[in-house]
Amino acid sequence: MSEESEESVPLLPLQQESMASALFNTDQNDNSERRRHDNSERRRNDNAESETNGQPQSNVQQVVEQDEEEDEELTLKYGAKHVIMLFVPVTLCMVVVVATIKSVSFYTRKDGQLIYTPFTEETETVGQRALNSILNAAIMISVIIVMTILLVVLYKYRCYKVIHGWLIISSLLLLFFFSFIYLGEVFKTYNVAMDYITVALMIWNFGVVGMICIHWKGPLRLQQAYLIMISALMALVFIKYLPEWTAWLILAVISVYDLIAVLCPKGPLRMLVETAQERNETLFPALIYSSTMIWLVNMAEEDPEAQRKSKNSTYDKKAPANRTQNEDADADDGGFSQEWQQQRDNRIGPIESTPESRAAVQALPSNSQTSEDPEERGVKLGLGDFIFYSVLVGKASATASGDWNTTLACFVAILIVCCSAFSPQEMNSLLVFASSSSLSAKVESSSD
Amino acid sequence: MTLAVFFGCTFIAFGPAFSLFIFTIARDPLRIIILIAGAFFWLVSLLLSSLIWFIAVKASNPQDEQLQKGLLIFGVMFSVLLQEAFRFLYYKLLRKAIEGLVALSEDGCSPISIQQMAYVAGVGFGLMSGAFSMINLLADSLGPGTVGIHGDSQLYFLTSAFMTMVLIFLHTFWGILFFHGCEHRRWWEIAAVVIMHLTVSGLSFCNPLYVGSLVPSYLLMVGAAAWAYLLSGGSAQNLRRFLLCKCCSRRGGGDTLGLMGCQDWYHWTPNGSEKGIIPLSPRPEKQVVF
Repeated sequence: MSEESEESVPLLPLQQESMASALFNTDQNDNSERRRHDNSERRRNDNAESETNGQPQSNVQQVVEQDEEEDEELTLKYGAKHVIMLFVPVTLCMVVVVATIKSVSFYTRKDGQLIYTPFTEETETVGQRALNSILNAAIMISVIIVMTILLVVLYKYRCYKVIHGWLIISSLLLLFFFSFIYLGEVFKTYNVAMDYITVALMIWNFGVVGMICIHWKGPLRLQQAYLIMISALMALVFIKYLPEWTAWLILAVISVYDLIAVLCPKGPLRMLVETAQERNETLFPALIYSSTMIWLVNMAEEDPEAQRKSKNSTYDKKAPANRTQNEDADADDGGFSQEWQQQRDNRIGPIESTPESRAAVQALPSNSQTSEDPEERGVKLGLGDFIFYSVLVGKASATASGDWNTTLACFVAILIVCCSAFSPQEMNSLLVFASSSSLSAKVESSSD
Repeated sequence: MTLAVFFGCTFIAFGPAFSLFIFTIARDPLRIIILIAGAFFWLVSLLLSSLIWFIAVKASNPQDEQLQKGLLIFGVMFSVLLQEAFRFLYYKLLRKAIEGLVALSEDGCSPISIQQMAYVAGVGFGLMSGAFSMINLLADSLGPGTVGIHGDSQLYFLTSAFMTMVLIFLHTFWGILFFHGCEHRRWWEIAAVVIMHLTVSGLSFCNPLYVGSLVPSYLLMVGAAAWAYLLSGGSAQNLRRFLLCKCCSRRGGGDTLGLMGCQDWYHWTPNGSEKGIIPLSPRPEKQVVF
C-alpha cells in the first residue's frame, strides 16, 4: 500500500490534469458533470481495486469515448428520474388551477375579453364564430411571435437592463396585482370577512418574498413554489379571459409554434438558447423552473483559507512563528474535514488536495452549474409549458359541465406528453449533447 | 352524504390500490412511468369504445327502450374486448421497451422484469378504470342530497365503492395473467382473462341486485389472485414463510415485490453474449434469480 501511495503522489498532477481536461473537453453542459461524477461513481463501485489507485489515468481520448458511450445509458437512466421530477410540479400547478376553477366561480364567469382577442364569440352563426376565433388566435399568436423576437433581439444585443426591467415589471404585476385579485375572489367564495390592512400586509409579504426568491436567492422549494403559483395565476387569467374556441385554437397553434421555434435553425427560441450557451450564461431565472439550485462559481475560494490562517494566527498570537506556520500548513486542507478525506481516500484512492492543485482546477473554465449530488441532476422546464398545460386542463374542466372524467383524462394525457421524448426541453438537451459531442470530437482530433 | 360518505367511499375504493402504489411503485420512476402509460392505454381504449357506442346511440331511435338496453350491452361488451386488445398492445410496447433497456444497460439485464411490468400495467389499468367509475360519484357525494330518494337503492355509493375496489384488484391480476399468457403463448390464459372480464361486466347488469354482481366478482377476484400468485412463483410454502416472517433463503433477489416467489420466468443472457435476445421458455437449470 505504501508503494502505491508513493506512486500516486507524483501521479497526482497527471490525474488532476486528465480530470481537468476531461472537464474541459466536455464543456459547459450538464452532461459533463454527470460523466465526471459517474466516472468517480464507477470507481466507487469497484470497491476493492480502484482503477486510479496506482495507475495513471488513461489518456484523454479513451476517457472521452467511454464517456460518450456511457452517456446514452445515463440519459436513459436519469431520464426516468427527470420525468418524475417534472411530474410533480406540473401536477401541482394543474391541481391548483383545477381546484380554483371548480370552487371559485369568478374564473368561469364571462367578464369581457382581452384586447388581444377583440373579436367576440357571441355570434349568430357557427361560421361567424369560427372566423372570429381564427382571427383572435392569429392576433394572439402574432403578438407572441413579435414579443419573442423582441426578447431575442434584446438578448443578442446585450440589453440586459431592459430585459431585467421587463421581467421585474411582469413579475411585480403577477405577484401583487393578480394575487390580490385571486385572494379577493377566494374570500368572496368562502364568505370570509377581511379588512384592507390585513390584506395589504399579506399581499405585501407574499409579493416581496416572491420577488426575492425568484429574482435573487432563496430556498429552492420556496422558489419552486412561487414559480408554480405565478404559473397558476397566469393560467387562470387566460382561462378567464379567453373565449372557448379561441382558447383551443391558441393552444393548438402555440404547440406548433413552439416546435418550430425550437427546432428550426432560425427559430427565436433556439437562437436564444444557443446564444446563452455561447456566452456561458444561464437563462433568466424568472422564466424557467429548475429542480436544482444553481450554485455560483467559486464556492470554495481562496478567502476561507486566508480567513482560517488569520484565525489561527489570532489564536496563537503568543506562539512562535514557525509553529503557527506548521499549523497553517496542516489546517490548510481546503475545507475538507478529516473524515471526508478518509472516505474519499477509501473510495477513489489517495488524492492529495494541495492549494496548488485546487487553484489549478479552479482556474479552468468551469461551467456555471454544479451540483452537490450527481444523481440530483437538475431538470428545467419553461414556465410557458406550465401555463400551457394548466390552461388546457383548466379549460377542459371549466367547460365540461362539471364532469371530472374530462379533467382526469386531460391530466393523464398531459403527463404522457411530459413523458414523451419530444418535449422541447428534451430536444434542447439533445441539441446540447449533440453540440458538446461534436466539440469533444474536434478536441480529440486536434489532440491527435 | 357529505364528508363521511366521501372519505369512506374514497378509502374503500382506492385505499388498497393507493397502498399498493405507495409500497411497490412510488419508489421507482420507471414503474411510475409504466403506470401512467398503462392508465393512458386504458383511457384510449375507453375513448374509442365510447365513440362507437355514442355513434350507435345517436344513429338509433331514442324511444325504443329495448334497443337502447341492447345497445348498452353491446357497448359494454365491445368496450371489454377493446380494453383487452389494448392490454395486448401495451404488452407489445413493453416487450420492445425491455429489449431497449437490456441493450442500453451496463450488465445486460433489464432494470425491470416483464412480470413487474405486468403487475404495474395491471395496476395502471385498474386505477384508471376505478377513477373513471368513481370520481363523479365522489364529487356528488360531497354535496347535498339523499341517496335513493326516488326509490333506488340507498346503498348505491357504498356498492359502487366496493365494486371499484374489486375491479382494481381484478385488473391487477388480469394484467399478470394476461402478460404471462402472452409470454408463454398460452392462449387459454388470455381467453380466461377475457371471459372473466366479460363475466364481471355482464354481471353488473344485475344491479341493483347487488348480491348478484358483487359476490361473484369477489369470488372471481379470489380465484384470479390465487392463480396470479401461483403463476408468479408463489406456493403454499412461500406464503407460509411470508406470513411467519421468515427470511427468504434466496440470494440477491432484485424483486422488490416481496409477495412474489423466488422463481423467474426467464433466464437473461449474461453480459458478453448477444444482448437483447430473450428466450421465452424458462430454463430451470440456468435460472438467474432476479
